[in-house]
Amino acid sequence: MITFQGVHKWFKSLHVLNDINLHVTSGEVLVVCGPSGSGKSTLIRTINQLEPIDKGTLTVDGMDLLDKKTDINKLRAEVGFVFQQFNLYPHLSVLNNIILAPTKIRKTAKRDAEEQAMALLERVGLAEKRNAYPSQLSGGQQQRVAIARALAMKPRIMLFDEPTSALDPEMIGEVLAVMKDLAVSGMTMVVVTHEMGFAREVAHRVAFMDAGTVLEEATPDEFFSRPKHERAQQFLRQLLTPMHCECP
Amino acid sequence: MLNYQFDWSTVTSGKYFDWLASGVKVTLQLSALSIVLAFILGLLIAVMRMSNNKPVRWIAHAYLEFFRNTPLLVQIFFWYFGSYKILPTAVNDWLNSTNFEFAAAVIALTIYTSAFIAEDIRSGVLSIPKEQMEAARSAGFSYLRSMQYIILPQAVRLTVPPLVNQFLNLAKNSSLAMTIGVMELTYQARQVESYTFKGFEAFTAATVVYVAISLVITALVNIYNEKVLNIHKAA
Repeated sequence: MITFQGVHKWFKSLHVLNDINLHVTSGEVLVVCGPSGSGKSTLIRTINQLEPIDKGTLTVDGMDLLDKKTDINKLRAEVGFVFQQFNLYPHLSVLNNIILAPTKIRKTAKRDAEEQAMALLERVGLAEKRNAYPSQLSGGQQQRVAIARALAMKPRIMLFDEPTSALDPEMIGEVLAVMKDLAVSGMTMVVVTHEMGFAREVAHRVAFMDAGTVLEEATPDEFFSRPKHERAQQFLRQLLTPMHCECP
Repeated sequence: MLNYQFDWSTVTSGKYFDWLASGVKVTLQLSALSIVLAFILGLLIAVMRMSNNKPVRWIAHAYLEFFRNTPLLVQIFFWYFGSYKILPTAVNDWLNSTNFEFAAAVIALTIYTSAFIAEDIRSGVLSIPKEQMEAARSAGFSYLRSMQYIILPQAVRLTVPPLVNQFLNLAKNSSLAMTIGVMELTYQARQVESYTFKGFEAFTAATVVYVAISLVITALVNIYNEKVLNIHKAA
């Protein structure tokens, strides 16, 4: 479904992605973790070409991202993206946030799109908020709407870039629950997160990144109980130590 | 001391009232048409100015600098006296058979004002967080569609106050069209003054009408603002 082969990327002289080789199969949930600045957000953003790559090959859902003939808008319509800061459209109601892309890009009839949007809102537990505006919702609610908005395009892949990092602790659970439900339904997912509980419980594989490279790739069991790389051991120790503040 | 005889009836009834009324009509037509066209053209130039395509961006930039930095009166004269020199005879014949003064005034006012409107819209767009564009692009919208559905609706909202200023300026600037013979309000007021020597009354009447037009434009935009745009109060 997603294949990185020898992918490199530079920001000016900074080597942000260094020889990435990863493969995500259909229905698989890959969690990417690592310290700040390790390149994990850049990595996930290359998958829908929010960040173009400089070298290597990257294939997503059968489309070669370096091929000039690849219609990038078509690819993006098949790949849902959930941002750390939600990025809902503030001028549109919840319902209109969800139906905008289906009606304008997929040309779904408005009535059908609304029906599907309501079903999605039921699924994320926010049906009663359909006429609210983003500014009237809590962070957790906004993020659940953002997930519903991405799902409305019936994507084949869902990407999550630190979806709970901007949330108050009591709202993290509601968003993770929606993501877990999605994983169980068989969605192909790549998730950048610090939520190690989610990784342990939901991920099929965990990739640990540092300084632009994937240092370790393992099942959650292996990764959490027997991390091979010294840098990964250190990272986990820090993350799991009580009283440690994760805030940057 | 003051031996001027005020005679307001000159401008409130009869032939001269009709002249002024027809001037008001032309001013309203000229302003309304130019406002709509200037807004559309301004949007287009703003989008071009922010395009990823270098030549397109450059053309828009040159357009802005050129039309913002030359006097409107010169531009009106250019379109009216200058442009026909380089047009084919057939086109000129057709232009002369139509109301070319009016058309030249619309072209000049539209182009001049569109440059200011484009800059206002651009600063509105620049104040929209770049994450909005990212969200739109990742949903599969092209650059132009993202602008159309997500960025511009938010930017225009923020741009409303400066846009009102541009609309007001345009309505007032339309008086310059008298210099090429468009029979708008100022032209007619001048006409009334020439015939009656009632300059005070004629130009007072014109002034009152310009103030009224400006107040109506402001009120209309305020209503639009409240009813259409601010249906929800941003947090």
